[in-house]
Amino acid sequence: MEIYELTIHDLHEKLQKKELSAVEATTALFARIKATDEKINAFISVAGKEALESAAAADVRIAAGDMDILTGIPLALKDIFLTKGIRTTCGSKILANFIPPYDSTAWEKLQSRGAVLLGKLNQDEFAMGSSCESSAFGTTRNPWNLDCIPGGSSGGSAAAIAAGQAIATLGTDTGGSIRQPASHCGCVGLKPTYGRVSRYGVIAYASSLDQVGPMTRDVRDAAIMLEAIAGHDPLDSTSVDRSVPDYTGSLLPDVKGMKIGLPKEYFIDGLDPDVKTAMELAIETYRGLGAEFVDISLPHTDYAVACYYLIATAEASSNLARYDGVRFGHRADDCAGLKEMYLQSRAEGFGTEVKRRIMLGTYALSSGYYDAYYLKAQKVRTLIMGDFLKAFEGVDVILTPVAPTPAFKIGEKASDPLQMYLSDIFTIPVNLAGTCGLSVPAGMSGTGLPIGLQLIGRPFGEEAIIRAGYAFEQATQWHTLKATL
Amino acid sequence: MRITPKEVEHVATLARLKLDHEEIATFTGQMDAILSYVDKLSELNTDGIMPTSHAVPMENAFRSDVIRPSFGTEKALANAPERVEGFFKVPKVIE
Repeated sequence: MEIYELTIHDLHEKLQKKELSAVEATTALFARIKATDEKINAFISVAGKEALESAAAADVRIAAGDMDILTGIPLALKDIFLTKGIRTTCGSKILANFIPPYDSTAWEKLQSRGAVLLGKLNQDEFAMGSSCESSAFGTTRNPWNLDCIPGGSSGGSAAAIAAGQAIATLGTDTGGSIRQPASHCGCVGLKPTYGRVSRYGVIAYASSLDQVGPMTRDVRDAAIMLEAIAGHDPLDSTSVDRSVPDYTGSLLPDVKGMKIGLPKEYFIDGLDPDVKTAMELAIETYRGLGAEFVDISLPHTDYAVACYYLIATAEASSNLARYDGVRFGHRADDCAGLKEMYLQSRAEGFGTEVKRRIMLGTYALSSGYYDAYYLKAQKVRTLIMGDFLKAFEGVDVILTPVAPTPAFKIGEKASDPLQMYLSDIFTIPVNLAGTCGLSVPAGMSGTGLPIGLQLIGRPFGEEAIIRAGYAFEQATQWHTLKATL
Repeated sequence: MRITPKEVEHVATLARLKLDHEEIATFTGQMDAILSYVDKLSELNTDGIMPTSHAVPMENAFRSDVIRPSFGTEKALANAPERVEGFFKVPKVIE
């Protein structure tokens, strides 16, 4: 196996046994990025010099015996995470030259354990999209089929893993932005419970929904990464002060007696036949492992997309008010006055999808419409949360597809925003409920595209979905398949 | 129509976005379609349902008011599009 195809735990073992140095591993990853990224376009920025310096520092730590599981592991981050001194664009022209003066907590935690930052990954602009097509830095291509989207918004984070350009990555998930690209690129994606991971230094999209999580080659790596980044942060008042469990301790291939819920609203007629088959086979696998299935209902599922596109856009319209051309970001030239400068800078700096969502959100919050749209959506959100709480009275985890279809073609949904929004129908409810979800590779379509299954857990129930995901992975081979480039 | 081009123009001004005629026309059609779709929420009776603004139960997060290290002027101004001495410079405010 090539160095760039290793998992965190395999590379760690090689570093520990001194079969390989962190500098050698980092160099191998850069060679792979150089050989493949012209095709994939997963990276917005590559941090060559900084990465080799931190790899050398990691080697010093390893030689001194001061080694952690993440020491010397080459990672990459979605370009939504602030990285001190390294350009952070959030996929937008408005931040094309922004150099953060501080680090996000999630990256700071990984860095303090000796992880190496290879660079910053492509994404939909401000994390608004399901395909990576809204990036100001060009579309990322799916390593399994270059004509297809990698998913979004953390498309670069998923494609980089599938293409062998990073050992693991971080993404963010507001309506499915970790799980859906993980599913489309054949990797593992974990969206933790809201409040589990600090969002300090993560550029905000919809603050009541955004959450940080790992994207990896297997469930063990996801557990390792979550353990490293989870926990309360005094700098993020929405991070929850709750102890971090030993997630790697949940890696037991045992689901005997586990009660898995199958929500009837997720197994609908519109489901792609290959996705349906993959889910049926997954259910069979779990039955063979001794899990019990329970038919459940999440009755408000059909309202989730509508609810999400009011709440998320309203919050986005407020969060993105800060891009005004005054303190940082793009400023239009030669404006007569301040108001003209705001109007023009934002018109030039934002792309179409971002403008559309700001417009929708501003409308939903505007005088006379607030009760009918935003407040109504918040009430429907309560009903959706209630569906999950009720379901979890009788089951340990819920199994669903991640997306109704495998990755679609680039351009296929670009002109119809509503169709694009509907592709997130199975992931959005989890964000609205604030709970956790895991995407695990579970099949391949007839056309050679990966299909993921989603395991949904109780709030702060990451251990159960990690355990269920790990058991599935141990019983199947889907996560070991590699895209050929 | 749930939204007219005139309303779209008004919302754009509220959002401080300058849109050209073509964008206004496109957004009017797309926002109309999306607003028609989200109208399905009105099928649900939400009388007496409390709105959710935050998914996880949480109390106000207070901290003590103590002086901590922060960015100096130089760092805070490092990304400024335009600056003068120790300040952000903007175009004329009063017209």
